[in-house]
Amino acid sequence: MDYNFHWRPVFKKLPDLLEAGLLTLEVAMLSMIIGIVIGLLLAISRMSGPKPLRIFATTWVELARNTPVLFQLFFFGFGLGAFGLHLSPYLIVLVGLSFNNAGYLAENFRGGFQAVPDTQLRAARSLGMTATQTYIRIIIPQVLRIVYHPMTNQMVWAVLMSSLGMLVGFRELSGETQFFASQTYRIFEYFAMTALIYYVIVKIVLGVSKLAARRLFRY
Amino acid sequence: MIEIKGLHKYFGELHVLKGIDLNVAKGEVLSVIGSSGSGKSTLLYCINGLESIQQGEVIVDGVSVHEKSTDINKLRQNLGMVFQQWNSFPHLTSLENVALAPRIVKGKSKSEALAIAEKQLRHVGLGDKLTNYPSALSGGQQQRLAIARALAMEPEYMLFDEATSALDPELVGEVLETMRMLAEEGMTMICVTHEMGFARDVSDRVAYFHQGIMEEIGPPEQIFGDAHSEHTRKFLANVR
Repeated sequence: MDYNFHWRPVFKKLPDLLEAGLLTLEVAMLSMIIGIVIGLLLAISRMSGPKPLRIFATTWVELARNTPVLFQLFFFGFGLGAFGLHLSPYLIVLVGLSFNNAGYLAENFRGGFQAVPDTQLRAARSLGMTATQTYIRIIIPQVLRIVYHPMTNQMVWAVLMSSLGMLVGFRELSGETQFFASQTYRIFEYFAMTALIYYVIVKIVLGVSKLAARRLFRY
Repeated sequence: MIEIKGLHKYFGELHVLKGIDLNVAKGEVLSVIGSSGSGKSTLLYCINGLESIQQGEVIVDGVSVHEKSTDINKLRQNLGMVFQQWNSFPHLTSLENVALAPRIVKGKSKSEALAIAEKQLRHVGLGDKLTNYPSALSGGQQQRLAIARALAMEPEYMLFDEATSALDPELVGEVLETMRMLAEEGMTMICVTHEMGFARDVSDRVAYFHQGIMEEIGPPEQIFGDAHSEHTRKFLANVR
């Protein structure tokens, strides 16, 4: 093998790569927050919404879970673009990942809701709480604990899936890496460094999640 | 006063309550006995509107429970309920379990609600478990927590749905003791129970339910000593 490794160009661009890593983390986190809110609404709609809402939610979940994420991003990019609605690369990735997260999380939430006994609802209602109060104060906090680990997994997925952003022109970590690699032809070195950065980001996500769990769930 | 008039309840095809007429006066302790499936628990759920009814009427202090215009959440504040499965909220400490409803339903301030909660927890003998989560409490303690939680709303009526049936035998006593204390304080109580000793000693009246019909009602001496109905006598002979 006569390949000579040249790491210097990679180290020179390290600050840019780290900055792109922050962008990756940002878009993943935002897509999780949006995904959690919509996922909750989808799960509740599927369980107890009127029929049109139920069909809408089921369709969303089916599409999000059973088609490639890449196609979902393409849809919000080129698909909507064909109808004259042009989103920025950032928005394509954010909307696409939120769509995907919401679909997966909705299924997790549904399982979580089913795991909280009906009797909890009865007990809360018997105290005079409204249905909304019961959901917000009693049911959802218990569901969040049940789905906490699946939710952390989804966050890790969101970080990794955001790398598809480079295929819709988004300069997140992978996009940025691709850009520099094509300028210098140090393709292996750049992507090795980027893989390491992804690894570190995921480890940080898992570590923060673990610490937060210790504070949040003391029971 | 709780007035039940010609109450019918169906679960689909199943006719669970077949025309119940019953009045419970302020200060009275009524025990409801009968075998499983006789409709006695369903009766409680119909009284606080956790179950719908198909015919008849339930009136609590002049308010018709199942009327559409009735503010059911307001009504329930006056009807404490304790369940067979004690249903403590697992994500809240004892204090938070009890303080939550006074705060968000009655709109008390946080400190007021906590003071009420502490008072009620001490009342049922859980003064040393204020900051524990339910997972650290025994079944009997969790059931007393549930009683304190209901009492914190300062209800005039308490409904007990087989409050001791799911407990280990050695924990039944502490819960019955708490219920006895409430009765002595003059609380109006309807207790669906399998504890014949409690029904006999504490109740003013005992009602026997059989296949959706209130077969017999009367003072405990009469029900346990000289029941009119063949069914009642048979049931009591079997449980003893």
